[in-house]
Amino acid sequence: MSSAHPAIELLGLTKTFGSIVANQDIDLTVYNGEILALLGENGSGKTTLMNMLSGIYKPDAGKILVNGREVNIRSPHDAIALGIGMIHQHFKLVDVLSVQDNIVLGTTGHYANRRQLAREIRNLCDRFGLHIDPSRKVYTLSVSEKQTVEILKVLYRGARTLVLDEPTAVLTPQEIERLFAILRKMRDEGCAIIIITHKLNEVLEISDRVTILRRGRCIGTVNTRETSARELTERMVGAAVDLSIHRPEPLRNAPMLDVHHLTVVNQDGVKALDDVNFSIAAGEILGVAGVAGSGQKELCEAIAGLQPIAGGAILCEHISLEGLSPREIIRRGVSMSFIPEDRLGMGLVASMGMVDNMLLKEYQNQPGALVDRAPARDLANRLVKELNISTPGVYTPVRKLSGGNVQKVLLGREIASNPRILITAYPVRGLDINSSMTIYRMLNEQKQKGVAILYIGEDLDVLLELCDRIMVLCGGRVTGIVDANLVTKEQIGLMMTGSSMEEAMENV
Amino acid sequence: MAEGIWFNFILAAIPAGMPLLLGTLGEILTEKAGNLNLGVEGMMYMGAIFGFLGGFYTNSAVVALLMAFGGGLLGALIYAFLTVTLKANQNVTGLTLTIFGTGLAALIGENLLAGGSVSVAFSDELKAAFGSLRIPVLSEIPYVGPLLFSNNIFVIIGVICAVAMGLYLNHTRRGLNLRAVGENPGAADAAGVNVTLYKYVHILLGGGICGLGGGYVCFVTCNGAWVQNCVNGLGWIAVALVIFACWSPYRAIIGSLVFGALSVLQFYKPDFLRDVSAPIFSMLPFLVTAIVLVITSIRMSREKVQPKGCGVNYDREER
Amino acid sequence: MSDGIRVVRRDDISQGKAWLVRLCAIALALITGGVFVAVLGYDPLAVYQEMIAGSLGSRMSIELTVRLVIPLLITSLGVTLAFKMRFWNIGAEGQICVGAIAATYFALFHDDWPQWILLIVMALAGILAGGLYGMIPAYFKCRFGTNETLLTLMLNYVALYAIQALQQGPWRDPSQLGFFKIARFSSAARVPEVLGVHAGWIVALVLVALFYVYLRHSKQGYELTVVGENEATARYAGMPVKRVIIRTMFLSAGVCGLAGMLQASGADRTLNDTVAGGVGFTAITVAWLARLNPVGMLIVSALFCILEKGCASVQSVYNLSAATAEVLQGIILFFVLGSEFFLTHRVCRASKLEGGVERG
Repeated sequence: MSSAHPAIELLGLTKTFGSIVANQDIDLTVYNGEILALLGENGSGKTTLMNMLSGIYKPDAGKILVNGREVNIRSPHDAIALGIGMIHQHFKLVDVLSVQDNIVLGTTGHYANRRQLAREIRNLCDRFGLHIDPSRKVYTLSVSEKQTVEILKVLYRGARTLVLDEPTAVLTPQEIERLFAILRKMRDEGCAIIIITHKLNEVLEISDRVTILRRGRCIGTVNTRETSARELTERMVGAAVDLSIHRPEPLRNAPMLDVHHLTVVNQDGVKALDDVNFSIAAGEILGVAGVAGSGQKELCEAIAGLQPIAGGAILCEHISLEGLSPREIIRRGVSMSFIPEDRLGMGLVASMGMVDNMLLKEYQNQPGALVDRAPARDLANRLVKELNISTPGVYTPVRKLSGGNVQKVLLGREIASNPRILITAYPVRGLDINSSMTIYRMLNEQKQKGVAILYIGEDLDVLLELCDRIMVLCGGRVTGIVDANLVTKEQIGLMMTGSSMEEAMENV
Repeated sequence: MAEGIWFNFILAAIPAGMPLLLGTLGEILTEKAGNLNLGVEGMMYMGAIFGFLGGFYTNSAVVALLMAFGGGLLGALIYAFLTVTLKANQNVTGLTLTIFGTGLAALIGENLLAGGSVSVAFSDELKAAFGSLRIPVLSEIPYVGPLLFSNNIFVIIGVICAVAMGLYLNHTRRGLNLRAVGENPGAADAAGVNVTLYKYVHILLGGGICGLGGGYVCFVTCNGAWVQNCVNGLGWIAVALVIFACWSPYRAIIGSLVFGALSVLQFYKPDFLRDVSAPIFSMLPFLVTAIVLVITSIRMSREKVQPKGCGVNYDREER
Repeated sequence: MSDGIRVVRRDDISQGKAWLVRLCAIALALITGGVFVAVLGYDPLAVYQEMIAGSLGSRMSIELTVRLVIPLLITSLGVTLAFKMRFWNIGAEGQICVGAIAATYFALFHDDWPQWILLIVMALAGILAGGLYGMIPAYFKCRFGTNETLLTLMLNYVALYAIQALQQGPWRDPSQLGFFKIARFSSAARVPEVLGVHAGWIVALVLVALFYVYLRHSKQGYELTVVGENEATARYAGMPVKRVIIRTMFLSAGVCGLAGMLQASGADRTLNDTVAGGVGFTAITVAWLARLNPVGMLIVSALFCILEKGCASVQSVYNLSAATAEVLQGIILFFVLGSEFFLTHRVCRASKLEGGVERG
């Protein structure tokens, strides 16, 4: 707000996808030298709005003004030419190319003199305090390094307006601090920055003003200094919401799942899990924290029998699961359910309706060569009623349902099989607050029924509130298992980046 | 004497491998743009028949070459419009292009032959234009001369194409953009590359190069006469050779020479294979390709694989 | 936003409307084909008329058309199994050849057996040989991730040249002086005729019904659909993915092998290298056009054969090459392929759209 010069003005932007109105008549202004937070729940249209600004989508109606001049942004190329740079939540990088090639991709000018390009990139790094080797291939980078490349891409193009879509979702608290420092520096250089998020504490920490979206409409804009977390929540959700997660006391029964010295080697021959030890009792939720790609996926899949294990043992009520396929695990009478992170990528068949998806685990128990869809149809109808799943019908492809409803279909099916062990990977990813609350409630119900639950999460606040104990993974190793009541977010953050439990606990 | 046979064998492999080289180069360019075009066979037929018509009616080598290029390009245009603009399934579109191109060449060819004459062919001078171009002095050098300095115009075009394509892909900004389009069109788009334009240009160029390969079959292999079924599966081998070449234009040269050698092996077969019948030799290139496919799939590295965007159409507004 | 015409995604459209779009596409394709024929110097209306007359005009021509439908329909059903699993089996051509070779072995060397035993053995041999041939790419796909599209394609040519080698070598009929030919089958090795066409048409109709049930209502059909739609979910549900792939490819290729046996024994009454004759490729487009629906394939393959038989008689009447059939097929497919876009998108004028949006 150093100058009252608007960098971007959006006037009455509207975007529909088929019959779904993603954005309706949205006004938004961001000034040079300020950080604007765009706050809203998942599915409230934040990303759609910013995609229109960056040329990915074309608006159905409305105007975009850049530096006071009306513009027509037809492609990302146009947006870049106008000095608008977007850092997408799912990074837009070419894996097999080097960092340098990714940065200069699509720009004009000389290319042959690679040494000079490398020098330009290094200068840029020095100016903003970034560290990256331009010659590395992108697929060898960690998630936060990839984000650095995305930031460099935008800076290299000389963007004056920056849009960041959920940039903190995959970072540790310490990495978030570093990112915020860079953003403040850019603001001080006069850039306009829009940061999309649904995390209130970050909004309050970094932004100058907040614009709130709800169900595709703009609810209003407030100055960050004049608002509170409570007010923001109410405006975002539309009603007063109790955001605290209830945590029933764990039953602390006998261990249900024991993992001893588990080692998993991935396709590239690298140890994805290295000597992992833990156990979960019946009626307990064990949370798993870690930077994305620290071995969470491999851990879940190894337990579920989808990933061969290189060493160690997995015992389920004293039955060894080693070397068993999912089918054999079911046959041994071990009742385990797994909710994978990418629900439509694994767990459900996107193009099939609820009925055929219910059939997935049950059909093998049916006699004969033909399938009987009647029980699956009954189950589907029951779930629709019990979990309030909103769908046009039980034969509608699940792809067409919203994220929250898809998760209810999957979780509902798995819970219907009365599991003793429940493995959930990022079960609230992409869900709005009310759906998330429903999921937490369902997990707690299972916990009280005596189910052992492994909960892989990314939001440390939720992990601390929901879980009984938290295991921290870093690079496939366990850096510590701590009681959720006795640890802080910062301490977990340190353990996520490799500090031992003792080191982290000293840091108060 | 045996030495002479070996030399002649290698000498014969070059012309036999040339249509494969052109087809492979065309397909590499197409796949680098993220499109798997199974219509190479069809585009080669279209190149062959259009090129033949051009040469037959104008008696000009340049027109014949341009028409061959244009024939392949026309096929690629249909493919590009359907897959890039209308997002049709790449596999089915490519197969359809093969059916269409093969049928079109047969139809036009039969109409030509139906004119009454037993065969239709280029004039002698035009045939000569597509014969070996002997470079004075250099072509007189024993062994090296016939091998390097006495080839037809297509060999020169093919090798220049391969080298130019290699330089283009790895050392220019447009080449970088193209590779990004093939690997991850979403990333290229977000970086400001015009994905649609890049796809169109390279699919069309690739089709044109395939068309030249078809022209070669007609002008050189069939000696300037129209022969029905002249391409006979070469287009399919070219598609497979792309994998053999690991999407590198330089390796495509080696690959097409090896396969050219295989296809002429039956005329240079050693004594102990005397009793093996001709179809077995005709089978060889296909059998070896199949084996090579399996072997390359066993040892695939991370970077020498098909561009990841291949086979999937890009839709910016896809959610 | 006033940049003229806009293309926007649309919601699902009804089945009826979808078929209307496809019919329009076919009509446009036939018009385009007519223009093409006219450019070649023929009267398109007369050509189309002759096509219908030549394929459906008399009992004799209908019988000949049905004879063409048999291998195309059976092969389409075969490749459908693989396609439903997203396995690009482009190798039906070769699987037909191999099935025909295996059947021919019994026809040539065991023609002293009773007819029904011989025919059953020939059919089983065709299924088994085709199936095993199809398992080769399936195995390598599962084991090493080998590209099945290209491998099945290469195996087509291997099988084709195997027939030629047999013609020129071990199975050559010495009585055919100067020609490389295999002897004609004795009567015991010929599929008998029912209503003027060899009994393969009954097999084809039975297969349509069987496939309908298999794909819609069997456990195996459910499994292969899940594997095709989402392999990770199939593994997640405990399906033996590799076994499903190999089993399905055996069935897919086995059915193609059966088509080869019927073609050699019922239609050609000998083995020659045109036994497949492009049917394997056409079948892929038939399966795709019919959206993998067995009943749809019955209709589409009939239409394609009317086109093919029609073009053959156009050739004899007007001296227009029979290759016209392939060109027309190509044009129809191009149009239908393109029309799919309009099932998920609609074109509208930008100004009209803006007015349609409710302004809050």
